[in-house]
Amino acid sequence: MRYLVRRIGFLLVALWAAITLNFFIPRLMPGNPAIAMMAKFHGHLNPASLHAIEVAFGIHTHENIFVAYLQYIGNTLQGNFGTSLSNFPNSVTSVISKALPWTLGLVGITTILGFIIGTAVGAIAAWRRGGVLDSVLPPVFIVVSAFPYFWIGLMAIWLFAITLNWLPFLGGYTETVTPTFSLSFILDVLNHAVLPAFTILITSIGGWILTMRNNMITVVAEDYVKMARAKGLRPKRILWQYAGRNALLPNLTGFAMSLGFVISGAILVEYVFNYPGVGFMLLQAVENEDYPLMQALFLLITVAVLVAIFISDIATAVLDPRTRSQE
Amino acid sequence: MKILDVLKGIWQFVRRDKKAMAGSFILLVLLIIAAFPNFFTPHDPAAEVYMPGAGLSWNHLLGTTSFGQDVFSQLVAGTRQSMMIALVVGFLCTVLSVLVGITAAYAGGWLDDLLSLMTDVVLVIPTFPLIIVITAYLKSASFWLMVFVLVITGWSYGARQLRVQALSLRNRDYLMAARARGESSLYVIFVELIPPMTSLIVANFLGAALYAVLAESSLQFIGLGDISTQSWGTMLYWAQNNAALNSGLPLWALAPGIAIAILGSALALLNYAFDEIANPALRPVRTKRLKVANS
Repeated sequence: MRYLVRRIGFLLVALWAAITLNFFIPRLMPGNPAIAMMAKFHGHLNPASLHAIEVAFGIHTHENIFVAYLQYIGNTLQGNFGTSLSNFPNSVTSVISKALPWTLGLVGITTILGFIIGTAVGAIAAWRRGGVLDSVLPPVFIVVSAFPYFWIGLMAIWLFAITLNWLPFLGGYTETVTPTFSLSFILDVLNHAVLPAFTILITSIGGWILTMRNNMITVVAEDYVKMARAKGLRPKRILWQYAGRNALLPNLTGFAMSLGFVISGAILVEYVFNYPGVGFMLLQAVENEDYPLMQALFLLITVAVLVAIFISDIATAVLDPRTRSQE
Repeated sequence: MKILDVLKGIWQFVRRDKKAMAGSFILLVLLIIAAFPNFFTPHDPAAEVYMPGAGLSWNHLLGTTSFGQDVFSQLVAGTRQSMMIALVVGFLCTVLSVLVGITAAYAGGWLDDLLSLMTDVVLVIPTFPLIIVITAYLKSASFWLMVFVLVITGWSYGARQLRVQALSLRNRDYLMAARARGESSLYVIFVELIPPMTSLIVANFLGAALYAVLAESSLQFIGLGDISTQSWGTMLYWAQNNAALNSGLPLWALAPGIAIAILGSALALLNYAFDEIANPALRPVRTKRLKVANS
């Protein structure tokens, strides 16, 4: 119980830090960049959204900064991020809700898939210490981890889309097709997702493999694993239910910690493939100087990561009684 | 001198470990190229005077860009910025990590709670989107701004690791003994606590340097860096914005990516090797050598 309270407390502190960063970063910049942005859109905005943006970026410098800060937190908690300037007159929230399913589908599925496959492969590699997997995988993935993620995407495009002409590489679906719930549209979407998904998998899987392998090597040397062997349990059962279960724990924490990296990589992958998700939208917002949209997306990504970390904390507590009884 | 012993130890280790040796060798070559680029470039990297979109030839080892610049010369000229970012950001991140991590572990109490909370918060806030937001307001980030942004976002992982290790060392007998002798805190920290942590600190430096190289090239690639400078990231930016892949100039995009990967692999190989010192269980199994030793 105490553990749960502490984790919730941490979640709230981290959220507060992210909102506060969002509020203060534009104010700390030389020559408030938002003023130039506002001038461009003056007269095009309705008073309510104008005010939300003014509060967020500190346009009226005579306003008390503390009052503005509280107002900003209030607006954020209500999901009021104002109007997206590059998608005028749509609200930031409605613009984001269009991009979100794409990212959840692509990045969500590939991340979970990568974690599961990577963990399994890592466990097997450590189990057969000195085997082919164990000696080939670490150096290969050390090198892969050193490639910029977006560059692997570029190479995938060059090889599979341009040179071999097997797969499409721009957007989430064929532009001439209207989105419907038909089989042909779903196949089209899947076809467009293959290359970006492949890129994210290739770049994220190595981390899971290496950490799981390293945890597993330590765990396999433990006495209770020897005991299990001595009892004559089937190797498969020792591998997954005895050693694997315990080696997974630090990997779950690692999953939470490296999720930020995966998301960062995914942003660039979306950018390279013009995939219509939140990462691509974030970079477009930057390019169009659509700061309200950019801020909201940063917050959204942060919240997603924090919630995922929270879930993995809870999962760790469920799997590991030691965490629960601590302190 | 303890510090000298530590350096000697590192050298002994690098000499014996294949991964560490390969990593050091690559870094040394890149350092030389970064220090004396003019010695290696056949052409002026910025000059747009050659035939645009030329293929491979002796004159243009990697062909030319669609602006008529020599790709190989750009590659050589870009080495310096990536090396500088790696070394400077790696160094500053490590200093900050050591400062925060060891202070937290050594001080304990509320200061530890506060510093640990700070570390964890910085750790979980997704770094790259944050960097994008900061640099977006700045329009184009100069070298030192880039360093600043990468350091304030990159120190937390190391600080956390170092704190954990310092905590486990804190109550060892030899540290107790030093304190009982009445040594000052600074003496205990610098002479007794930090030297045994060297391999982890070096590993952290390498990890931060790798992070810096990849993050910097990503920012340059999306056009948030200073696109007028010579770097591998800006090469990729120009290649992407001129559809190098579509227009039959894949080398323009291929070469800088491989260059980044070579630097990155060198850092990662060294990092992995230093991880193996910190945790001997990870070392490769060497059955043959064991047999020889036993006979």
